[in-house]
Amino acid sequence: MDLGILAFGGYLPQSRLQRAEISKMHGWYNPGLKGLAKGERTIANWDEDAITMAVEASRDCLAGLDRSEISAVFMASTSFPFDDRQNAGVVADALNLKSQLMTLDLAASQRAGSSGLSVALQAASGAEGPILFAASEQRKTKAASPQEMTYGDGAAAVLVGKGEVIAKFIGSHTVFADFVDHFRGSGHAYDYAWEERWLRDEGYLKIVPDAIKAVLDKTGITASDITTFCFPAAMKRVASMLAKKAGLADEAVADNLQATCGEAGAAHPVIMLVHALETARPGDKILVTGFGQGCDALIFEATDAIEKLAPRTAVSGHLARRRADTNYARFLTVNGLVTMEEGIRAEVDKQTGLSTHYRNRDMAQRMIGGGCTECGTLQFPKSNVCVNPNCGAIGTQEDHPFADKKARLNSFTADRLTFSPDPPAYYGMIQFEDGGRLMADFTDIDPDQELAVGMSMKLMFRVKDYDKNRGFRRYFWKATPDNDDQVSAPAEAAE
Amino acid sequence: MASGIRDKVAILGMGCSQFGERWSDNAEDLMIEAFTEALADAGIEKNQIDAAWLGTAIEEQHVGKSAVPLSMALRLPNIPVTRVENYCASGSEAFRGAVYAVAAGAADIALALGVEKLKDTGYGGLPQRNRGSVNDLFWANVSAPGSFAQLASAYRAKHGIDAGDLKRAMAHISVKSHDNGARNPKAHLRNRIDEDKVLNAPMIAEPLGLFDCCGVSDGSACAIVTTPEIAKSLGKHDLITVKALQLAASNGLEAQHNSWDGSHFVTTRKCAERAYKEAGITNPRDQISLFEVHDCFSITELVTMEDLFISPEGRAVKDIMDGFYDADGKVPCQIDGGLKCFGHPIGASGLRMIYEMYLQLQGRAGDRQRKEEPVFGMTHNLGGFPHQNVCSLAIVGKMGA
Repeated sequence: MDLGILAFGGYLPQSRLQRAEISKMHGWYNPGLKGLAKGERTIANWDEDAITMAVEASRDCLAGLDRSEISAVFMASTSFPFDDRQNAGVVADALNLKSQLMTLDLAASQRAGSSGLSVALQAASGAEGPILFAASEQRKTKAASPQEMTYGDGAAAVLVGKGEVIAKFIGSHTVFADFVDHFRGSGHAYDYAWEERWLRDEGYLKIVPDAIKAVLDKTGITASDITTFCFPAAMKRVASMLAKKAGLADEAVADNLQATCGEAGAAHPVIMLVHALETARPGDKILVTGFGQGCDALIFEATDAIEKLAPRTAVSGHLARRRADTNYARFLTVNGLVTMEEGIRAEVDKQTGLSTHYRNRDMAQRMIGGGCTECGTLQFPKSNVCVNPNCGAIGTQEDHPFADKKARLNSFTADRLTFSPDPPAYYGMIQFEDGGRLMADFTDIDPDQELAVGMSMKLMFRVKDYDKNRGFRRYFWKATPDNDDQVSAPAEAAE
Repeated sequence: MASGIRDKVAILGMGCSQFGERWSDNAEDLMIEAFTEALADAGIEKNQIDAAWLGTAIEEQHVGKSAVPLSMALRLPNIPVTRVENYCASGSEAFRGAVYAVAAGAADIALALGVEKLKDTGYGGLPQRNRGSVNDLFWANVSAPGSFAQLASAYRAKHGIDAGDLKRAMAHISVKSHDNGARNPKAHLRNRIDEDKVLNAPMIAEPLGLFDCCGVSDGSACAIVTTPEIAKSLGKHDLITVKALQLAASNGLEAQHNSWDGSHFVTTRKCAERAYKEAGITNPRDQISLFEVHDCFSITELVTMEDLFISPEGRAVKDIMDGFYDADGKVPCQIDGGLKCFGHPIGASGLRMIYEMYLQLQGRAGDRQRKEEPVFGMTHNLGGFPHQNVCSLAIVGKMGA
């Protein structure tokens, strides 16, 4: 059986900060920003982080698949929300995976994504079931820094293992060098970067060709046979220079998504791989590189099975699901780059009882409600007594997952009184298609979109509360308009 | 069915503090202000009180836990004192405790006092609090206005009401309450406003603007109750008695079961049926002379007038715009200004509503006295959120009516 990629998924936050807005604000301070002030970058919503984006990319990857066979979840990032609490474990919980599972975080380098993918593939060759590998990144940047312009936020996920792979893993190679073009010391929020010309000439152009040559030699693939070359750096023209050096076709150089997304750190090699797989034809050979203290190079070959893979949102779908955001002030605010007067209401203590949280994890992270075995009524949360007034049976509730259910909007508001990092706080009652309902926070509400009773909603895994005093954050599910499903909204929604 | 409370208990005396921003007073000062008035009105001595109930909801903001703050503030002679809390219906709960004690014969004379000192938070609106360690894991980030505002979206969708028409009816409610509050010397807000001011006010939680929301106030209200026989023996005549006391609490249906459409209060409807039955009222629209309902938000009042079976379902807008509920209308609602303008010191509010009925039924309401002599007054005291609440109803009226 072949080893390789069984399925893929992607996720990019819907908000796209217009880079011109950054330059407009800071041009007086750093006129050099103007050169970067083209296009747009993805920016995570205030309630998104590397974990939530990894969850969404994984949901996209696993859509329609049986999750019970998954034997491990690996997550790669340099922007993990937790230094000591397994981030991949939160992802696994949100995906409602079984507890007999290996979970692992891969961190501390821009190569975490590409090396992590190599490791996942190696592990999958001897594993009982496929491994879910998610790479996700949401790095903080200083205002008016080049990184603020070039970075983007996003995630991608691949299910790797043996079987009917859609892309066969041909081989990989890693060149290691403690080449530090930038770093982020422990306890520091922002990257510290060295001169770009040195990075280009001594780093990219010397280390990457070594890795490419080695992997081609190792796998016996001819450079000109590579159909797609994924080089995930933001720097202009470098990918073409590398292609030329390595003998790759110039047409093979993949779009680094700098104009539309920005460079998503450790996740970017995987995002570019997923983007390439979306349009890959059987036989296409994809070379993926990852740079950071050396270089990884991996080669995949698309199989016939790729044509049968069910459609998914992936990277292209998320690139299309965009909202141009010109509110740079909001970006500064939610990222703590300006000190906002939040008001006394923001002082409410958000401590989470860890024992409470663990006891209620099925509800709070897995979105598990109840289904009554007596009358069939579904409800959230699960309870001892069935909520159906004509039933009321005690102890008849079985676990019932709600995370992937369609819902409709029953009532809603936009609240400017309650504290929210991004006011107004939108919330309301949503009603799930087969029963059950939730007074839910909403997220990703486009201020220009009219909410209406009856419209389709879906759930997304998001940060519910930040406990700033203790560094904890709790996650829960929030509702957002299901814009792919609005055509079927009923007539009563009309007003 | 139980025989009910009708005419078993009479109100001996009532008191109510000035409501408002009582910057220089503690909760204890407000309690004594209401109590002194009630005691004088009852014409009894403090040591004739057999038992007392304290209603307060956000005790961590002022007096702290237990009934001891009431016992200490009034220096009660070591009688049984109980603190009750049931969201914004806490004051009605105190009244229920005292009335039931008298009806049961456990006390000859009982005291109910509600108090809230809310203006020590440093900001406008109700205090922002946690909701319990498990609820905090999954409850939406709801405020009071945001939860009640949703009534409007569901009500409009159900009845096909135009957003502008609904907003105007809501504005009429607030304009009316300000008119009424202007005639009430104890009211927190005594300024008159017009419809434009309401419609152009800053948005709090769509579609509720600033003037769709009630005042957050400091205040206290108090009732002393006894049996009609004892009241008469104390020289009282033209007694005001309790006709009905009902409470309905949500059981999770609204929050978790899809049979509720979000446009009305499940609890209020059930509670109202029981209250009318207990009071022997068969046609409330004709028989109830006055309403004090829980107008925490204008939309709450609008929907409640249907849930109390006064306006037909989906037709409250018409009654409101016709002036049916105005002070000079057929059935005045919030003739004292309501929560909107009298103010809403949570634990005191249910008792404040009964206080107004008590004054009106005795013709003692001064400038705001209803012209046509009232017979039955009904109070509606709601606590919580539309999807999860307690509804407390009281009907008081003339003895024998």
